[in-house]
Amino acid sequence: MNRDDFPMLNHDIVYFDNSATSLKPVSVIEKMNDYYRNYSANAHRGDYDLSFKVDQEYENTRELVKEFINAKCLEEVVFTSGTTEGLNMIVNGFFANLLEKGDEVLITTSEHASNVLPWFKLVETLGIEVNYIPLDKNYYVTMDNVKKAITNKTKVISLAGITNVIGDKRPIKEITKYAHDNNIFVVVDGAQMVPHIKVDVQDLDIDFLAFSGHKMLGPTGIGVLYGKLELLEHLEPINLGGGMNESFDSPEEVYLKPLPIRLEAGTQNIAGVIGLSEAIKYLNNIGMDNIIKREHDLRNYLIDKLLKIKYIDIINLESDSGIVAFNVNNVFSQDVAYYLNKYNICVRAGSHCAKILKSAVGITNSVRVSLYFYNTFEEIDNLVELLSNYDKIVSEMI
Amino acid sequence: MDNETKREIIMENYRHPTNRKRTDDALYKKVNTNNSSCIDNIDIYVKFKDNIIEDITFEGEACAISISATSIMINNLIGKTKEEALDYIHNFYEMTNGNDYNEELLKEAIVYNDIYKQGNRKTCATLPFRGIEKAIKESIN
Repeated sequence: MNRDDFPMLNHDIVYFDNSATSLKPVSVIEKMNDYYRNYSANAHRGDYDLSFKVDQEYENTRELVKEFINAKCLEEVVFTSGTTEGLNMIVNGFFANLLEKGDEVLITTSEHASNVLPWFKLVETLGIEVNYIPLDKNYYVTMDNVKKAITNKTKVISLAGITNVIGDKRPIKEITKYAHDNNIFVVVDGAQMVPHIKVDVQDLDIDFLAFSGHKMLGPTGIGVLYGKLELLEHLEPINLGGGMNESFDSPEEVYLKPLPIRLEAGTQNIAGVIGLSEAIKYLNNIGMDNIIKREHDLRNYLIDKLLKIKYIDIINLESDSGIVAFNVNNVFSQDVAYYLNKYNICVRAGSHCAKILKSAVGITNSVRVSLYFYNTFEEIDNLVELLSNYDKIVSEMI
Repeated sequence: MDNETKREIIMENYRHPTNRKRTDDALYKKVNTNNSSCIDNIDIYVKFKDNIIEDITFEGEACAISISATSIMINNLIGKTKEEALDYIHNFYEMTNGNDYNEELLKEAIVYNDIYKQGNRKTCATLPFRGIEKAIKESIN
């Protein structure tokens, strides 16, 4: 599907590491090149035509993002360097000023480090508590378990919309409804969700959402922080400096610009922002519903084939996205990845930045195949054939 | 050494590594060694008697190259003085960087003599050596 649009696919590789980062279509690459070649000026300095053009392109991306996630207004869309920065801004710029000793934040053991470590820091600095919503036998979050985990101290539930090892989709809409009825904020790590399924922040009633451009066909180093306007107004900028201030004469007289610019201090990743616009257009053209359908078809095809290989254990038999995590009996996951690399197949081995998941799953690492719409059934055949010969794996893994 | 022999030595040391066991004896110094870009993670326990490395054990999770290299390292460093061990480690690094090294000294560790061509596996082979080097240097200081 659309493979001709991806120059990386001309390099004789099978790319199965899409949860780490996605490949870029030529339209994204050319859009960035066009900026660097033809109108490379700073944003928000519109005294000359070039800079005015930059502003237009930059703000046009904000408009596209707003529509893509159905934010209410442009002020709710803040550009960041990625999900990690977005989550850190949410935790340190908003919740660090709101939470008090003894307040509870609920996460799960399958969260990415970016949705764990910033909260752990508040445990240290503020004395909050971080507790875990238990996962069910398929490592899913159920509403039952959410309700059971909530206590009268719970102030925040912070979850990935889709996780990066299991690929399970969380019932965000049900969670926000229940959480809001109990005066609890909901933060969503959208890194693995926004590239794969339609996300409507108003329908889901999400308070804060962070996601990355590079996992959704866009450039690296660009991401988005979404927050409900009334909440974002209270998010204090971590970075202070150029572009975001209105005036300053003395420490007592510092006036900041309104949202969203207030949260975008310094010269931004302009090429990244502009490149992201093409990524969103590309995804819109295919249609998010078609993307997830394609991923499901590919995943089901892969799972059916892997199930026939006796010495392969699939960790996430149930999953809502294109992620399959597995192990080959008695072969360390990294050795499997290394073996596949000899045949130009790119997979990830390890704990996938979800280091506390091991306590839930009972295994510390796995091989992860993460699919995207441009993967093919033939590529899966190629992978399965290589995995179907145990002796070959063992003899070629070193 | 031909490739098939190298493979056999690596696999034998991977499948049946020397001294793969946790050691709680307080006379052993424990060092952790891991690779930031992958998941190899090994604890090395080393016992010095005066200037001599009397014993080394290890536990942890790592790939075939790291585990086998740890086993081969243990086979070769037990009984050496700290200085001899550091010299051995230095020669191992030289080999994995593609430089001249003392082949006789390294013995079967020369099974990794091609690894400098594979950047992503070099760190696997040197992993235990970085750990033991740290333990030795700390014991000297």
